[in-house]
Amino acid sequence: MTVISTEKDTEALTLTFVAEFDADIQRVWRVWEDPRQLERWWGPPTWPATFQKHDFTLGGRSLYYMTGPDGEKPYSWWVITALDAPNRLEYDEGFADENGEPDSTMGAIHNVVTLDSTGQATRMSVVATFENAEQLQQMLEMGMEEGMRSAMRQIDALLADVSR
Amino acid sequence: MVVGILSDTDVDRVFQALADSTRRDIVTRVIRGEQSVSELAAHYAMSFAAVQKHVAVLERAALVRKQRRGRQQIVSGNLPTIRKAAGLLDEYEELWRQRADRIGDILAESRKPKEG
Repeated sequence: MTVISTEKDTEALTLTFVAEFDADIQRVWRVWEDPRQLERWWGPPTWPATFQKHDFTLGGRSLYYMTGPDGEKPYSWWVITALDAPNRLEYDEGFADENGEPDSTMGAIHNVVTLDSTGQATRMSVVATFENAEQLQQMLEMGMEEGMRSAMRQIDALLADVSR
Repeated sequence: MVVGILSDTDVDRVFQALADSTRRDIVTRVIRGEQSVSELAAHYAMSFAAVQKHVAVLERAALVRKQRRGRQQIVSGNLPTIRKAAGLLDEYEELWRQRADRIGDILAESRKPKEG
């Protein structure tokens, strides 16, 4: 795996991430399509993901939770908004409650995944667009090491004290 | 949280910096508005040098910034920067780098010949 490029637009709140894999395009597509493969790479080892539902069709929905170090289980959803196997996938994602009901206050994050064959390899590009910084922050909280989250809570507490 | 990815050492620095009540007080004051080290020192029953040392600890943890202005050393809070979207996008990029690494591992497995 080689990371080809990354580009961040802090005003539009987008991240463009491009990586190349030493595998054919059908094989790379399967790591997105197959929920058992997807959950092996989606969450970090400290926050493994479990996909309870993964309807990989146009308009299809997914529901998954991640299990945190303290046993917390934040839920998230996906809706597939464009699908052209094995080249293009677009999906919106957002946070959900424990019943899988989307959290409407947080809005959706839009993602465009494109796969291109480059000879023997496959280039994968992911463009993620956030509606606001809070979404980004909440998503990151679920992917971070415990020490970092504790440090963040400490700073949050400090900021709360200051604004009182 | 803090701009970019924090190493364990960085996290330790933040913890240590915030573990002291004087330093928490300094951070609280400079978030509200920048202050010179002398102004800060006037609030505490300790020497200028001792206050300067506390500021240096906070500076190393990236919680405050210090600039020289004439003969004065001005301390300002670095927390607004911490929360800037740029830092968050950096972390999100790291999340994708790690995901791509894991995808690479999964793909490498399927290339291996099946074992007996």
